[in-house]
Parts: sequence; structure tokens; C-alpha cells
Amino acid sequence: MEILTWTYLLVGLSFALYIGIAIWTRAGSTQEFYIAGGGVSPLANGMATAADWMSAASFISMAGIISFAGYDGSVYLMGWTGGYVLLALLLAPYLRKFGKFTVPDFVGDRYYSNTAKVVAVICALFISFTYVAGQMRGVGIVFSRYLEVPIEWGVVIGMCIVFFYAVLGGMKGITYTQVAQYCVLIFAYMVPAIFISMQLTGNPIPQLGLGGTVADGTPLLDKLDGVMTELGFAAYTSGRKSITDMFMITLALMVGTAGLPHVIVRFFTVPRVKDARLSAGYALVFIAILYTTAPAIAAFGIYNAIETTSEKNISELPEWISTWQKTDLISVDDKNGDGKVQYVADPAINELTIDRDIMVLASPEIANLPNWVVGLVAAGAMAAALSTAAGLLLVISTSVSRDLFKTFRPDISDKKELRIARIAAAGAVLLAGYFGIHPPGFVAQVVAFAFGLAAASFFPVIIMGIFSTRINREGAISGMITGLVFTIGYIVFFKFISPETNSAEYWWFGVSPEGIGSIGMILNFLVCGIVSHLTPAPPQEVQDMVEEIRIPRGAGKAQDH
Amino acid sequence: MDAFASFKKVLFYQLKLQPMPAQNEKMKAYWRKNLQTLFVLLIVWFVVSFGCGILFVNELNEIRLGGYKLGFWFAQQGSIFVFVILIFVYVVRMNRLDREFDVDEE
Repeated sequence: MEILTWTYLLVGLSFALYIGIAIWTRAGSTQEFYIAGGGVSPLANGMATAADWMSAASFISMAGIISFAGYDGSVYLMGWTGGYVLLALLLAPYLRKFGKFTVPDFVGDRYYSNTAKVVAVICALFISFTYVAGQMRGVGIVFSRYLEVPIEWGVVIGMCIVFFYAVLGGMKGITYTQVAQYCVLIFAYMVPAIFISMQLTGNPIPQLGLGGTVADGTPLLDKLDGVMTELGFAAYTSGRKSITDMFMITLALMVGTAGLPHVIVRFFTVPRVKDARLSAGYALVFIAILYTTAPAIAAFGIYNAIETTSEKNISELPEWISTWQKTDLISVDDKNGDGKVQYVADPAINELTIDRDIMVLASPEIANLPNWVVGLVAAGAMAAALSTAAGLLLVISTSVSRDLFKTFRPDISDKKELRIARIAAAGAVLLAGYFGIHPPGFVAQVVAFAFGLAAASFFPVIIMGIFSTRINREGAISGMITGLVFTIGYIVFFKFISPETNSAEYWWFGVSPEGIGSIGMILNFLVCGIVSHLTPAPPQEVQDMVEEIRIPRGAGKAQDH
Repeated sequence: MDAFASFKKVLFYQLKLQPMPAQNEKMKAYWRKNLQTLFVLLIVWFVVSFGCGILFVNELNEIRLGGYKLGFWFAQQGSIFVFVILIFVYVVRMNRLDREFDVDEE
């Protein structure tokens, strides 16, 4: 069968599966809508968390980013996994014991203040919208590349699917579709990786293949270092970023991961505190499978790309290069007219441009795999984008219906609240779709925002709220605001106001805007601590509540007040 | 402790479902052990990622692990494996601690 037929078939089948699950798991109460009734098993929640977490960017772009960044790409690998250790040890069990539905719920109760809650809601909405726009765009791109429909149509189809199961099923529908989506995406990621690893290094396990040897007996990474330096690039295994910047970016990504509301809320769905701990462990196992494979795909991809093109006759290039040239993801321009490809670091004489996304998208063709694998990768990329989008949309709708609406109108009935949550979810889908079709030019830039803000706002306030009984309302509010204003200010200055000065010589302490969330977090901690000690201690019942959430026993299902 | 005070504490416990004083000491010990566990695990977390993967990566790159330079391996593979192990060590350790202090769930 043709590639296109396989793609339609596999993407269609996976969509039918998601819709089937959505109908089967329709939410009937706000509790089911917000936290899937609190009865999800730790293993299922681990898978759902992994799918929720791994977005279109993780699936499509991350390996390619590492291909071109080499060692520097490690910030994403460590940053986006190390955060789960913080989440499991410092946040998930206690927030589960606290037993409400959202992060702003916790902030509002712990700091006995609706002001603090509203600040938290604004952070949650901002982070989630930033993120979801990127996902919708990812859905559109995958559709247009594989199904040969315009990006706009791709976004609309994606919206309809997400609309169906997020609005109908709420958290319950999302959880079980995410479990299915995880299976689809990890299978789609691993199959090409295993075959490429076999072809290049003779070892079927990509994690071992990366440390394996190529046909002539030299280790793959040494060979890659040699080839890259010969062409004028930096050696693959050595870094260009400063140690300070590597450190700060990794820290900001780790802490940001632990502070992302759509990830935290997943741990409200399990029955017990010990399930929350275990579930974080499962989640990281499922994430680690993809995250330890990505650097292998990255190195194999760039090695293959160089070996098959550099100094080769243009007429004899492999077929996948001409296939993907049609999509502009790869282009060859014979500048010196010698009929051969020169791939070098110097942009003036370089003749080959490769988009980072090609490392995953073209991986089945690079490995000469059958057509159905191409369709599978398309279905996997869709699964990654849809699962993350759905999780984010739920946070948005919950923030509106529960954290904003219900806080100020506490007497509305469960049924009415559920209807508002559904309307909010529908509104959020439409808005996200709009951003997907008309992406604000800064989508790529604002990813740094999402992590920086989560790191500088939520994380310190939640940690201090659990590990200190002395931190009070005044401290939390001033800490969150300081962290936010500082981080937003720094990023906006270097990304939008004065982008020409966005280089190491102008950065404060050599920290790039991507890593500034770490400094914002430290400021938040400091301000929060100092202000709290200058103002009265929190009321006794709040201090008692903190003592209470530290002890696992007595965690019933999450309750609505 | 006079009878009235102890009565008051029992009543307090009954009404507000709070730990009684003896219980309180025990809870403090539980929390202290919890913090010790966290401290040790987070040191390992820091050493494998920020230490081996970033701060001392060049020194470790002198050592080889198969086809990998060791520092590079920590940055792109090893730290992630250790993260997974850390969470499971935490799960086992905390479950044991919960039982020991009788605060585990049904």
C-alpha cells in the first residue's frame, strides 16, 4: 500500500480508538470531570502522565534539537526528567493528601487568601495557553505533512477530536485516552529507533547502540566527533554553552516541570498518597523510555545525514532526501556548481539545510522501513500533540469554572458547575485552535516563558507551603509577584524589546532568558521567606492543615470542600 | 500533667481530630526521618545531573564507558536512569516508614 493510504488508515484507527474511549468514559459529575473520580490506578496514571507530558515538541523536535546541539541538548534531557524527582519527593504525595482539585485550590487554602488564588489562576492560565497554542500548531503541521491537507484543516480536525473527548469526558475521558495515546506514541517512536540502531551499530537497543561502534570498529560518538570537527562544527560530545548557563537552564526546566499545573493535577486522580508516589515513578519510567532513546535517534540521524550526503553527487542522493525536499524540511543548493553536496559549518559555502524535525519524521525512510511505519510515526506524533493539548485544556477549563467562577459564586450546583466547565473547555478549544491557525510569531519564544514562569511562581510557593508552617499569605503573594515580574521582565527584555542584545555578554551573570526562571525562583524563595518573617504567622488552623498533609493516613478521595 | 489538662487534650483531639501530644512527638520523628530521606535522595539527584552531567563533565569525559565518554553518558543517559531508581527507592523507603510509624493507608 501507498504511504498515504497507510497514514490515513493508522491515524484514522487511532482516532476511532480515542473517540470510542471518550464515549465509554463520559464524565457525570464535577469530581469525574476534574479528577476522574479519584480512582485511577497508579500504573494507568503513570502512562497518562507520560502522554500528558510528552508533547508534539518532545516527539517531533527534541531529537532534532539534540542532533544539532550535541552535548548542549542535554539540558532538555536532564531538565525534563529530573523535574519528576522533585515532583515525586516534594510535591505529589502532599498535594494528593491535601485532596482538592487544582493547584490554585491549594494556594488559596494554604495561604487563606483569594488574592493568592487569583494570582495562581492567572499563572496557570498563562502557562497553559502558551503551551496549548504550540500543540495545536503541531497537530496542524503533522496533518499537513502526512495527510497532504492544508494546516488550517489539520488544526480544525484536531480541534474536533480534542473537543469531543475533553469536553465530554473531562479528566476521566482524558486519562483513558492518554493511556491509549501513550501506547501509540511510544511504539511509533521505538520501532524506527530500533531498526536504525541495528543498521548502524548492530545493537537493537538504541541506548546501547549510541555507545556502540559503527561498521569500521570505531565508537559511533568518536566517529561523529571527528566528522563534525572536520566540517567545521563543534565536536558532538562537547558543549558550546557556558557551564553557568547549562546549570541554570537545566535547573529552570527541572523546577518548571515540577511546577506545571497540568502535570501536578494528574496526581490528584489516584486513590491514595502512596499511589501518588508510585505513580510518579511509573510516569518517569514511561518518559525515560522515550527520553533515553531520543539522544540515540539524534546521533544516528545526524550521522546518517552527513554520511549519505557530504561530498556525494547530487544525482545519487538517497530517495528520502528528494521526498522531504518537497516539504522544504531539507534543501540542497549547489552553490559552487561542482555537482556535489558540501555540508559545512560556514553558512557562505554550506549547501545543505536540514530542519531539525526531519530526524524523527523521516526516520522510517532513512532506515528503509516499510510504508506502514511512516503511517505509524504520523499517528504517534498526533497522539503526542493531542494528549498534551487535552491535558492543558482541562487545566484551563478547571481554572475558569472552579478557581474563578466557584470561588466567587460558591453556591452553584454541581450540575451547573459541570456545565460551566464544559463551556470553558469548549471555549478554550476554540481559542487554542485560533492560535494554531494564526500562530502568534512568538510561539517558539514563549516556551521559555511557560517553564520560567512555572519555576518562578508555583514551585517555591507550593514547596514552602508544605515544608514550612511559618510562611504566610503576605510572603506567598509578594514572592509569587516578585518571581513573576522579574522573570517576565527579563524574558520580555531580551526576546522582544532588545533582541539584538540577547547574547552572553549582556546577560546578567551569563544566564540566558531560557535559564532565568532559576533566578526568579531563588528571588521568590528569598522574598517569600523574608516577608513572612516580618509579618504575623498564619492562623492556627492553617498550621494544623500543614501538619496534617504531611501524614499519609486519612487521605480520602479528593473532596469538594 | 493535671487531670483537667489531659482531659482538655483528649477533648481537643476528639473534637478537632488532631494528633495527641504523645502522637505529636511520634509525628515529629516521622517528619524528621522523611526529611532525612529526602535530603539523601536529593543529594544523589544533584550529583548525577548537575555534578556529573554539567559541573564535572570534562573531567569525567576522560573516563570511558564502552563507546561513551562518561560525562556525556551521565548527561544524556545515566542521570535519567538514576532519576528513575531514586523515585522507586523513595517509594519503598516511605512505605516502610509509613508502616513503622503507623500512618500508612488502608
